[in-house]
Amino acid sequence: MIPAPFEYVAADSPEHALELLAEFGDDAKLLAGGHSLLPMMKLRLAYPSVLIDIGRLRELAGIRADGDDLVIGATTCHADVAASDLVRSQAPLLAHSAAQVGDPQIRHRGTIGGSLAHADPAADLPMALVALGGSVEITGPTGTRTAAADDFFTGFLETSLEPGELLTAVRVPRRPGVGWGYQKFVRRANDWAIVGVAATGGRIALANMGQVPVRARAAEQALADGASPAEAAGLAAEGTAPAEDIHADRSYREHLARVLTRRALEHQAG
Amino acid sequence: MQVQLTVNGQGRSDDVEPRLLLVHYLRQQCGLRAANVGCDTTSCGACTVLLNGRSVKSCTVLTVQAADQEVTTAEGLAADGELHPVQQAFRQEHGLQCGFCTPGMVMAAVGLLAENPHPDEAEVREGLEGNFCRCTGYHNIVRAVLAAAEAMGAEVTP
Repeated sequence: MIPAPFEYVAADSPEHALELLAEFGDDAKLLAGGHSLLPMMKLRLAYPSVLIDIGRLRELAGIRADGDDLVIGATTCHADVAASDLVRSQAPLLAHSAAQVGDPQIRHRGTIGGSLAHADPAADLPMALVALGGSVEITGPTGTRTAAADDFFTGFLETSLEPGELLTAVRVPRRPGVGWGYQKFVRRANDWAIVGVAATGGRIALANMGQVPVRARAAEQALADGASPAEAAGLAAEGTAPAEDIHADRSYREHLARVLTRRALEHQAG
Repeated sequence: MQVQLTVNGQGRSDDVEPRLLLVHYLRQQCGLRAANVGCDTTSCGACTVLLNGRSVKSCTVLTVQAADQEVTTAEGLAADGELHPVQQAFRQEHGLQCGFCTPGMVMAAVGLLAENPHPDEAEVREGLEGNFCRCTGYHNIVRAVLAAAEAMGAEVTP
């Protein structure tokens, strides 16, 4: 399968990428690792007329501590997030999530910013960002802004990113030693989650239980009120509206959410 | 557009369409046919090559994304006519049946051992999760990678 023809421009800098976005508008897509975009282009589910390559911009890659946060450049690949001593010690849930994406080859190319901007509700990193209470840094024609994970994902494969904007970095709070749990139910070894659960610090995020990664707020509230993990997990599907597909109907997904949340709360690493 | 890149140690300059996938560039323009197109959907790993030493699926990389970088295919592993230890181990341990997945398996294994020179069996199996063998010959493939790790370890620490 071969993508439809397009024009390719490698950006020299983040500023150049913004200029190119302004120039080409809606016809352009940003390309980093391309591991969500290129498969869609090969299937002709996407056919941008211009690709703006930001994949080799050093300014957008790398991991650093910034006060109480970790800041991860948007084009940092999953393998580098997963292997980073800083991420493993300060935000182990994020390192673990990055290590669950696809397979080694995919983790060498796919990027954290790309995965978040793609916003697949079944994917690992959007769920992890919501569980961690993280945020994304965005630069656009009018300046920079920060979007909290709870507000960033707006619909199926949709985010609050505007056409002229560039996701530059991901910010997560440093929480060394705080317990975390991660559960993903899949049919095949490196598939997307039929349902996934990430829990840490009193927050519980669910993958594939709606159009966006969602919080299990009733279960969170129960935990805060002193419920046992098993009691709280019983409320994990409250308020969710999961899609039905060939893998699972709604009631099965709700069942999985309760079972996986219990496991995520009972089997905490840290 | 014109791209410069290094393939198996040799610098090249080629005129390519932006949409040309790396696997097609390697097979059609470079005449290197080790990397196979299997699933064409980033699943099976038959097209695995190294990009700057790291394993990637070349059906999901544009040639223009590899510009100014180093690509290694299975053809580029043997030095001075001597098979790479991973290739030797695949032969020794019969790590192949039909052979279609083999170049991708070998490149994934070379990439794995570069990151983790002493994997245990579980790490080898996890490390090859991006490569499918539809003959289901996994047992000998895993044995071959473990044997290669041992052989390569022996080379550096006699």
